Amino acid sequence: MPLACRVPTLCPRLYVNMHPLLSRLRYASVGVAVLLSGCNMEVLAPKGDIGAHEKSLILIALGLMAIVAIPVIAMTLWFPWRYRSGNKKATYAPNWSHSTKIELVVWTIPAIIIVILAAITWTSTHALDPYKPLQSDAKPVTVQVVSLDWKWLFVYPEYGVASVNELAFPVDRPVNFEITSDSVMNAFFIPQLGSQIYAMAGMETKLHLIAREPGSYEGLSSNFSGEGFSDMHFKAIATSEDGFKDWIAQAKAAPVALDGDSFKALAQPSQKVPVSYYGQVTPGLFASVVNKHMGDMPHDAASHGEMPMDSHHDMPMDMQHHEGGDALPSDGISSITTPTQAEK
Amino acid sequence: MFGKLTLDAIPYHEPIVMGTLAAVILGGLALFAVITKYRLWGYLWKEWFTSVDHKKIGIMYIIVALVMLLRGFSDAIMMRLQQAMAASDAAGYLPPHHFDQVFTAHGVIMIFFVAMPFITGLMNLVVPLQIGARDVAYPFLNSLSFWLFMSGVVLVMVSLFVGDFAATGWLAYPPLSGIQYSPTVGVDYYIWSLQLSGLGTTLSGINFIVTIMKMRTPGMKLMQMPVFTWTSLVTNILIVAAFPILTVTLALLTADRYLDMHFFTNELGGNAMMYVNMIWIWGHPEVYILILPCFGAYSEIVATFSKKPLFGYKSMVYATSCIGVLSFVVWLHHFFTMGSGASVNAFFGITTMIISVPTGAKLFNWLFTMFRGRVEYNVPMLWTVGFMVTFVIGGVTGVLLAVPGADFVLHNSVFLIAHFHNVIIGGVVFGVFAAINYWFPKAFGFRLNEFWGKASFWCWLVGFWLAFAPLYVLGLKGMTRRMNHYANPDWQPYLIVAALGAAIIAVGIFCTLVQFYVSIRDRKKLTDPSGDPWGGRTLEWSISSPAPFYNFATLPQVRELDQFWEDKQNGVAYVQPAKYEDIHMPRNTGVGVVMGAFGTVLGFALVWHIWWMAAVGLVGMVAAFIVRAYDRDIDYWVPAAEVEKIERSRHAKLQQIQTTQVAPVAAPQRQKVA
Amino acid sequence: MSSAAVSVSHGALDDVHGGGVDHHHHDDGSKTLLGFWIYLMSDCLIFSGLFATFAVLCNSTAGGPTGKELFELPYVLGETMLLLISSVTFGMAMLNMHAGHKGKLLAWLAATFVFGAGFIGMEVYEFAKLVHEGAGPSTSAFLSSYFTLVGTHGLHVTCGLIWLVVMMDQMRRFGLNDDTRRRLSCLSLFWHFLDIVWICVFTFVYLRGAI
Repeated sequence: MPLACRVPTLCPRLYVNMHPLLSRLRYASVGVAVLLSGCNMEVLAPKGDIGAHEKSLILIALGLMAIVAIPVIAMTLWFPWRYRSGNKKATYAPNWSHSTKIELVVWTIPAIIIVILAAITWTSTHALDPYKPLQSDAKPVTVQVVSLDWKWLFVYPEYGVASVNELAFPVDRPVNFEITSDSVMNAFFIPQLGSQIYAMAGMETKLHLIAREPGSYEGLSSNFSGEGFSDMHFKAIATSEDGFKDWIAQAKAAPVALDGDSFKALAQPSQKVPVSYYGQVTPGLFASVVNKHMGDMPHDAASHGEMPMDSHHDMPMDMQHHEGGDALPSDGISSITTPTQAEK
Repeated sequence: MFGKLTLDAIPYHEPIVMGTLAAVILGGLALFAVITKYRLWGYLWKEWFTSVDHKKIGIMYIIVALVMLLRGFSDAIMMRLQQAMAASDAAGYLPPHHFDQVFTAHGVIMIFFVAMPFITGLMNLVVPLQIGARDVAYPFLNSLSFWLFMSGVVLVMVSLFVGDFAATGWLAYPPLSGIQYSPTVGVDYYIWSLQLSGLGTTLSGINFIVTIMKMRTPGMKLMQMPVFTWTSLVTNILIVAAFPILTVTLALLTADRYLDMHFFTNELGGNAMMYVNMIWIWGHPEVYILILPCFGAYSEIVATFSKKPLFGYKSMVYATSCIGVLSFVVWLHHFFTMGSGASVNAFFGITTMIISVPTGAKLFNWLFTMFRGRVEYNVPMLWTVGFMVTFVIGGVTGVLLAVPGADFVLHNSVFLIAHFHNVIIGGVVFGVFAAINYWFPKAFGFRLNEFWGKASFWCWLVGFWLAFAPLYVLGLKGMTRRMNHYANPDWQPYLIVAALGAAIIAVGIFCTLVQFYVSIRDRKKLTDPSGDPWGGRTLEWSISSPAPFYNFATLPQVRELDQFWEDKQNGVAYVQPAKYEDIHMPRNTGVGVVMGAFGTVLGFALVWHIWWMAAVGLVGMVAAFIVRAYDRDIDYWVPAAEVEKIERSRHAKLQQIQTTQVAPVAAPQRQKVA
Repeated sequence: MSSAAVSVSHGALDDVHGGGVDHHHHDDGSKTLLGFWIYLMSDCLIFSGLFATFAVLCNSTAGGPTGKELFELPYVLGETMLLLISSVTFGMAMLNMHAGHKGKLLAWLAATFVFGAGFIGMEVYEFAKLVHEGAGPSTSAFLSSYFTLVGTHGLHVTCGLIWLVVMMDQMRRFGLNDDTRRRLSCLSLFWHFLDIVWICVFTFVYLRGAI
């Protein structure tokens, strides 16, 4: 990714205004950025507003801390050298152990920096709250994300399609993710677009992202979820409006529908699952996945028969010993594989 | 009859495990043969296993920790190797099933069975000596704590060869650790080994608080305690306040797994987020439990080797206490990405940053202790300076991770891994090695070899940075933790460098082992006749090395901080009393060993659902304890004549070496080093 | 483990050093008492963890029975009275200990045991009845947390009963001496502590649940 090497624009449209002093500080820390950008660092080469904001936040925080950290490191190297026992020229004050002035400085200066950092933290945490919808004139796209063992299911309720391990959305349009899990905890994360958030059963978490540059970005689970975790990644394709339309059309063309039965089949543990699409999705599927794990529901609703939860009991115990055996090599994004095929 | 346990539980098909098993069996047999040949069993039993002497218990803790360090480090090397190999299509040599157990075991072992026993061992060895006490408040309880800890160690080691270990990550988040997703015995081994050793830790926490509050030598006020004792006090308060939460959390997970309850399950109302909250309410204070005593050790070392009193003693004490209190209000920063509200996240982020202020103050205090001092570069001091440089970076990345907005992209990445290794290796491990080098003479009567100690330090320092700097970069490249293999070939060069770093650390560990060997071989040459090899400031240096079993023939009178230093200045440090008195001492007991053994049986039986055996273990533990309560022969008096004999020979030795006022042996020793 | 944890912890503290004989050390009785207080505080944290869990899960009935449907306040009130009375009898026992009346002390301890055992009996019956009605601990998160919280308290009381028996036996064998006095003082603290915990259980679990 050659683009990653340059320092990207720091102030995108959604950028929340900060004190001008801070923006100056940010330029001070561009030096660090240049140093770090010697290698491709995806997190420091964001392709969306949230990521860009988070990148500058990282640099500002590092710059602020450098005010204390650099002198401390310098002193840590200087003092023991200067006052080494062999250096008789250095002053020796064998009983000196207190100075109110020094104490005052070493408590106050870090405290001031922490106060500034705390203010930044307070505003930036609110600005970057993953639950907060992004302000934009463009109409947002809603994607419902379900983490399964061990793949990602993306449902597009507005288009009635779904996909496995591939996510597409138009650039410059906010994407509203609604996230849950049908098994253990995972975390939904596209490093180049910004924030991650946990996927948890019986819970719906939210995440709002936007891409500013078209491209195909790595997406992954960042929270360990067992055996097939390492292959639980997906492509996040940020594309033009037309490209997105084509992608939806492609998904629509898939002959398979995602309903209770095919979801149950998909939810079976499997690894290295190739990309696949569902041309139709039963409405309310996402909500039913969330609801079936919620404990406050009446009994009948909680365990409504269509998707029993205990599918894992059916797994042979020694499944761990033939890892990869049930996986197909991925044959690229164009392949249309039915979930049942993927299982085999 | 044997519950879930069958012969299939032994992983025959895994050559790595079987090879290790063979090595352990052979090594064990060899050790057994040597001990038998030299008829050491009686000695070990009478002088060590049944001992209630805090110094011996401390030494046993540290020895076990060193052994477990080797185990935990083998896990680390295996992980580094796997990740260095498994790029793109390569699968590496560890299948996920094995790899997942390795990283779980690495975390669990390093925290619970390496860092904790190091810390507990050091506190055992040093605290009573620093406060002028003859033992801890409850010597039997101390022995019991150790043996409960040992039963945890035994369970973890057994899990390697019988059954499997948890493959969930070191904190075993449900629902993954629930019975549905982890049906094997791995998580059960995890639970019971932690419960047993955790119980031991809680008991020793209570023990040390009472020891420090009630058993200080006459005249020693709280604000005259050495800093290591202060940090130990705060650490033990944290232990007593935090470990019960761990006990509850694990007990609830146990109820889920054994009794089909629904605390953290996906069904019937369970709430896994509650587990994550609870485990971190224990987990974050745990970090400070480990680091605070190390801060204390650095404080002692930096003052001693700068030949100056510690700068800002009071602010050091306040900083320690602040950190202790604050450590309980930051736990949520471990999961900002769970979806709490912005204000909640910001609150916990800010409380976390606030901790950096007292921590920073500590660093400055050490700096200004060196300022206008006469810094000697002995091994403990090298570790201390290495720590200070390393720890600053760890602190900076820590504060960075405390900013929720930054954490949203760095959470669970290898950047986080690099950060906490930066503070735990750079802070705790360096501190422990510094402390071992510093207090070793007090435990054994001779110093450790300087050359191999320095070699070990440099290998660790260089190896650490080589191993973890690449992980910082990889975290920024979006690499997440706990990956068995990865598709992105860009990552591989960094991981190869990291593996190289781990190899250099391995050399460092090897140097430490050589250091022990060489020092024991040359113990005559390295002997510490004065009991004060470094020109120390605190009471432990006023007595002989190794310390006599009763520690202090007469309890020292304390009027100010660093009383021993003052006494040396005034030429009254080694004055013999006119008359010695009988000394009251606790008698050794095997009850701790017996209870630990029954505890191991209990844990093993519970892991494998062998209920009759569990009953035997539990009844055995309780019965042994009750029997102990009926034992009326639990203490004895050391006659004054015997004390006098021991002390006279010590003072004769002192006169022989012409003890002068300040640090008699430090100077010649420095030349030898140079 | 918690049951073993508890049984190991009590009394472990009052072990070594006969009280007061060692003039080099600080007063031993106060050492034990301080240690025991710290232990009680850590035990208190175990209960706070369980209370917090109950607070989080008390509405997660998963369609199963609620507290309102299950709890029979008059019965629980009976249980509560037994435990409260046992605290009073223990208080009487301690008064007699201080007065040096060994016989009366033993009698009051025996009374305490009877009331404590009655409490445990009632609790076991209550649990059995709930399980029989199909409201066992695996029915819902709410019931899991209910059984665990109340059961942990019950386990503590059971340990207290065992300790009580041991102390009565020690009293017979060794009579009233520094050791037994100190241990009884600790047991008394423990017993009253459990009483207080029970009052919280009664208030937050039963009363709140029944309303």
